[in-house]
Amino acid sequence: MLSVSKSPWLLHYDGSSCNGCDIEVLACLTPLYDVERFGVINTGNPKHADIFLITGGINAQNKPVVEEIYSQMPNPKVVVAVGICACNGGIFKECYNILGGVDTTIPVDIYVPGCAARPEAIIDGVVKAVALLDEKRKQMKLESSKEKGA
Amino acid sequence: MVGSIVSALAYIIIGPIIGGLLQGFDRKLTARLQGRQGPPLLQPFYDLYKLFSKQSVVVNNIQDFLVCGFLIFVVFTGALFFWGGDILLVFFALTLAGIFLIMSSCSAYSPYSSMGAQRELMQMMAYEPMVLLAAIGFYIAAGSFNVKEIIQADIPPIVYLPGIFVTFVYILTIKFRKSPFDLSTSHHAHQEMVRGLTTELSGNILALVELSHWYENVFLLGVVGLFVMSCHWWSIPLAVVVCLLSYFLEVIIDNVFPRVKWQLMLKSAWGVTLIAGGINLMIIMLIP
Repeated sequence: MLSVSKSPWLLHYDGSSCNGCDIEVLACLTPLYDVERFGVINTGNPKHADIFLITGGINAQNKPVVEEIYSQMPNPKVVVAVGICACNGGIFKECYNILGGVDTTIPVDIYVPGCAARPEAIIDGVVKAVALLDEKRKQMKLESSKEKGA
Repeated sequence: MVGSIVSALAYIIIGPIIGGLLQGFDRKLTARLQGRQGPPLLQPFYDLYKLFSKQSVVVNNIQDFLVCGFLIFVVFTGALFFWGGDILLVFFALTLAGIFLIMSSCSAYSPYSSMGAQRELMQMMAYEPMVLLAAIGFYIAAGSFNVKEIIQADIPPIVYLPGIFVTFVYILTIKFRKSPFDLSTSHHAHQEMVRGLTTELSGNILALVELSHWYENVFLLGVVGLFVMSCHWWSIPLAVVVCLLSYFLEVIIDNVFPRVKWQLMLKSAWGVTLIAGGINLMIIMLIP
């Protein structure tokens, strides 16, 4: 009954998004979609977060920020790239300052395409991320027991 | 003697369960007030389990020790209270627990964490006078500082202490970390500084802080209940009802009011303490 996936806490970071996807992410928290039904909380603190939701592409300026946030999150953690810009750079891909999607900087687990990604798609991505969280937790346990055995 | 040990043990074992359920009820009610469905009632327990199973990122060694001190002294406070001990000692132990929490967030080099610690100190400054006044009020009403003797009074203390009761419920908003006085750390993501005190805590250490808050909330509701306790059997269900009503009131207040600045918190808390608490105390001191 109890599992990590029962209480996924989100951290939302806006890379170089046009705010379209950000508004859709926030729409998930509103009464119509209410992701808190699944125990999702928007934490705003990497140390409390399980799921790193990132919108917009990576540019030279926010690359170190994204790396820092990712490294501050405790394991198990899942990264969800929301919107086409976060997936591969989108229409900004050829810009001189854009490095590309989020996966150019940190490993991405779930891709949610769309411009802007619809709330339904984002919730779908979060649900997939939640399943992955449980899997990663199991792996973590296995590894720690192996370490103890060795 | 046996009864007091049983009730202290019951607090240690059942306290966090009640605290967690109350928080689940709080979140459900908050969601309903906002027109949402809300998380399941057991969500706080899921959160706690999740936090315990996360990797623990330790900022420094002293922080773990200080958070454990916070938990131990909160449990000590509540256990002493339900055991029927001296209410002054109970309140002093609670203050010490608060100091442990502040020290733990001071120990991290984070501006949010230390901002939270400073605000927590402001909050303590705002509610401490009232806590002491409540202890004095109980002494004058029941003739003893011992909780065991206070609950054996023929007339419940609230008859003598209506002003002090109102003030205590007022500072309860600060102690429960509810808006408008959730300055140091908050459960709502829309505030200008959300986590404050607990910014640098993660995984099982954060879980310990959550657990301590559940213990603390149950203890504080116990003090609310103490106001209506008397030697009659019906005072126990009455105390439970009063506790639940005051908790319900706190949730409503939390949802209705925006966060205030610390100046207003300090002024209003001291104002209410002075006017409602002070006048109440003067009257019962002058008219025996």
